Amino acid sequence: MPVRINQDLQARIFHHLEQTWPNEGGGFLLGEVSQDAATVRECIAVENVFEAAEQYHRYAMTPQDWMRLEDEADRRGLTLLGYYHSHPDSPAIPSDYDREHALPNFVYLITEVQAGAAQEMLAWRLRTDRSRFDSETLEVVCD
Amino acid sequence: MVTIRIPSPLRAYTGEQAVVEVDGATIGAALEDLTVRYPELRQHLYEGQELRNFVNVFLGEEDIRFLDGLDTGLDAGDSLRIIPSIAGGRAGRERVPPLRQE
Repeated sequence: MPVRINQDLQARIFHHLEQTWPNEGGGFLLGEVSQDAATVRECIAVENVFEAAEQYHRYAMTPQDWMRLEDEADRRGLTLLGYYHSHPDSPAIPSDYDREHALPNFVYLITEVQAGAAQEMLAWRLRTDRSRFDSETLEVVCD
Repeated sequence: MVTIRIPSPLRAYTGEQAVVEVDGATIGAALEDLTVRYPELRQHLYEGQELRNFVNVFLGEEDIRFLDGLDTGLDAGDSLRIIPSIAGGRAGRERVPPLRQE
């Protein structure tokens, strides 16, 4: 199922992840799932709480962040659609570490940030059997 | 009966129910009952017989790691919540020299 995001939201994510470079940054994606696409309606930056010395290649959020944003999504009739994070100076391809910590039915937007400049955003989803991520079509729209 | 709040991505395996009722005198027993009622959940919550390390369980507002873990006793009407820890990162540990573009 394609993932749809408008240009402005994508630009906000790029800006956030350029600011966190050379460390990893990330946040949640709130949105809607319809028959033909998962549409991102909002992106919410969340602090990286991984040990500071490891943040150049690791990202983590607290369970309390999940709780807070999931409650907000449920209250607003949205879905906690997925999360975004950066791979500083590294391709926007999920690592084994990403897979070990992933859930199915969740959109993973990964952005490659090279030397402080966002290069490429790719969308991924974990297979139900947890064996690998599959690439999803990312539609960047102007609305 | 106790209730368990299911994280959004796993609601696909509970018929899109956000909150389900299960039986169990301990948290471990309640989670076992959950995976009997909704078997597709099991591989995402457990690795072998252990909860996956990114799966957090809260009793009310309390992380069960700060209680008695899976042995924590439950009373009828208690509310559990499953919260995944979000974590990610690129492959490799090499550090690239920080040359920020101006």
